[in-house]
Amino acid sequence: MNRHFVGDTAVLLGRSLRHIARSPDTIITTAIMPIAFMLLFVYVFGGAIETGTDSYVKYLLPGILVITIASGISYTAFRLFLDMKGGIFERFQSMPVARSSVLWAHVLTSLVANLISLVVVVGVALIMGFRTGAGVSQWLAVAGILVLFTLALTWIAVIPGLTAKTVDGASAFSYPLIFLPFVSSAFVPTESMPGPVRAFAEHQPVTSIVNAIRDLFSQQPVGSDIWIALAWCVGILVLAYLFANVTYRRRIS
Amino acid sequence: MLTAMSIPPTTDQVEQAVIHVQGLEKSFKQLKVLRGVDIDVARGSIFALLGSNGAGKTTVVKILSTLLKADGGTARVNGFDVATQAAEVRESISLTGQFAAVDEILTGRENLVLVARLRHLKDPGAIADDLLRRFSLTEAGTRRVATYSGGMRRRLDIAMSLIGNPPVIFLDEPTTGLDPEARIEVWQAVKDLAEAGTTVLLTTQYLDEAEHLADRIAILHEGRIIVNGTLDELKQLLPPATIEYVEKQPSLEDVFLTLVGARTQKEQR
Repeated sequence: MNRHFVGDTAVLLGRSLRHIARSPDTIITTAIMPIAFMLLFVYVFGGAIETGTDSYVKYLLPGILVITIASGISYTAFRLFLDMKGGIFERFQSMPVARSSVLWAHVLTSLVANLISLVVVVGVALIMGFRTGAGVSQWLAVAGILVLFTLALTWIAVIPGLTAKTVDGASAFSYPLIFLPFVSSAFVPTESMPGPVRAFAEHQPVTSIVNAIRDLFSQQPVGSDIWIALAWCVGILVLAYLFANVTYRRRIS
Repeated sequence: MLTAMSIPPTTDQVEQAVIHVQGLEKSFKQLKVLRGVDIDVARGSIFALLGSNGAGKTTVVKILSTLLKADGGTARVNGFDVATQAAEVRESISLTGQFAAVDEILTGRENLVLVARLRHLKDPGAIADDLLRRFSLTEAGTRRVATYSGGMRRRLDIAMSLIGNPPVIFLDEPTTGLDPEARIEVWQAVKDLAEAGTTVLLTTQYLDEAEHLADRIAILHEGRIIVNGTLDELKQLLPPATIEYVEKQPSLEDVFLTLVGARTQKEQR
């Protein structure tokens, strides 16, 4: 590893954070869609959805947080794409800069931006009546899962960011990710779904992540869900990281 | 026959060559872009690589600045091999690409500070302020680059390339798309660089640009250097100027002046 890796990554991270600070609309728009979903489901559909819990917003919030991350990472692909298109990427590559710093700066920026969006969404949920008795350790566990999930999806986002030919191509990959929570336990219990759909819903990553976070918020024992959720996140993270780095090396040589 | 036109540089120039390229080859799929390019550039000189669009000028620059790998041949920059000593080459060079490589969202000053930090230099702020002054950008320094004109962007771009005083600078079509005034500004910047001892390799498709700036000019055509020499040497490749007698047709100007002049004479009479 290059001896300047940490310093170079910090400098480049500062650069992209400044981009975000100068266009806070990217964070706001990232948070708007999940908030709109939350309002729609709580105040329009929520009355007709039977979840077996006292507060639908409490049932819904974990899934909304997953959607927030899925929509947030499309901006990572977008920012990376813009760097590739403009000459600035080539400038960095022709300078004595640690090569992996360029990617890591974008990944860490994605983490910071998504955490801000998540805080905004949780804030709106609190206003809408979300309450939890979760203590510090439960909150930390929730944050840990969300950070891991953000990193996993961010490394997926790096791939279209590096390879896309157009802006639309760079961000379109996130649409299926945004809709994955709809076929999971995020909005309604999976028991109400017909056989094959239920089978899919119960064996895709969002359900275990949502269930684990929901249990943590309601101070229930998390059971096996948290381990399945962690396995999914780590598995996706490792695969996406390796694939993104292969793509990156191919792109810069 | 074409190779016969090449003028060998003196042995003195080869010894001092800070850029030494031999038999460089590069293909993109079936397309052979470079078919054995040889170049030697003396330290502190301005070398122009001339060629039409698609001749492979940018490919040469990208290989020399470690952005692309060659398929064959060798290239050394400042004594380092671009393939095996890429990190040392990157310490020795700066690339100003075809499109201004500036960060639009940052200010001009922040762009300069960014590059100074990435080159691990002390006191990035002072370096930035000095360059803003040298490139007449002090007032614009606190504005976002998105508000800059094309010429200002290019000047900032070149200023960013000077940070850390790399001994070799590559300028890939530095004046394409600039208005005449901005072009002259860039030319002046390039001349100042060479006077300060920096070696400049620039590519251009404008013949007058090469004529105006370069100590040596090489023409890249169909993947090979077909001529390489000083402007005077290149001019000698053509047969010496001959005297021809051409029947002179009167121009409208002649007609006008004759008629007007005739009348004035008549009136004076």
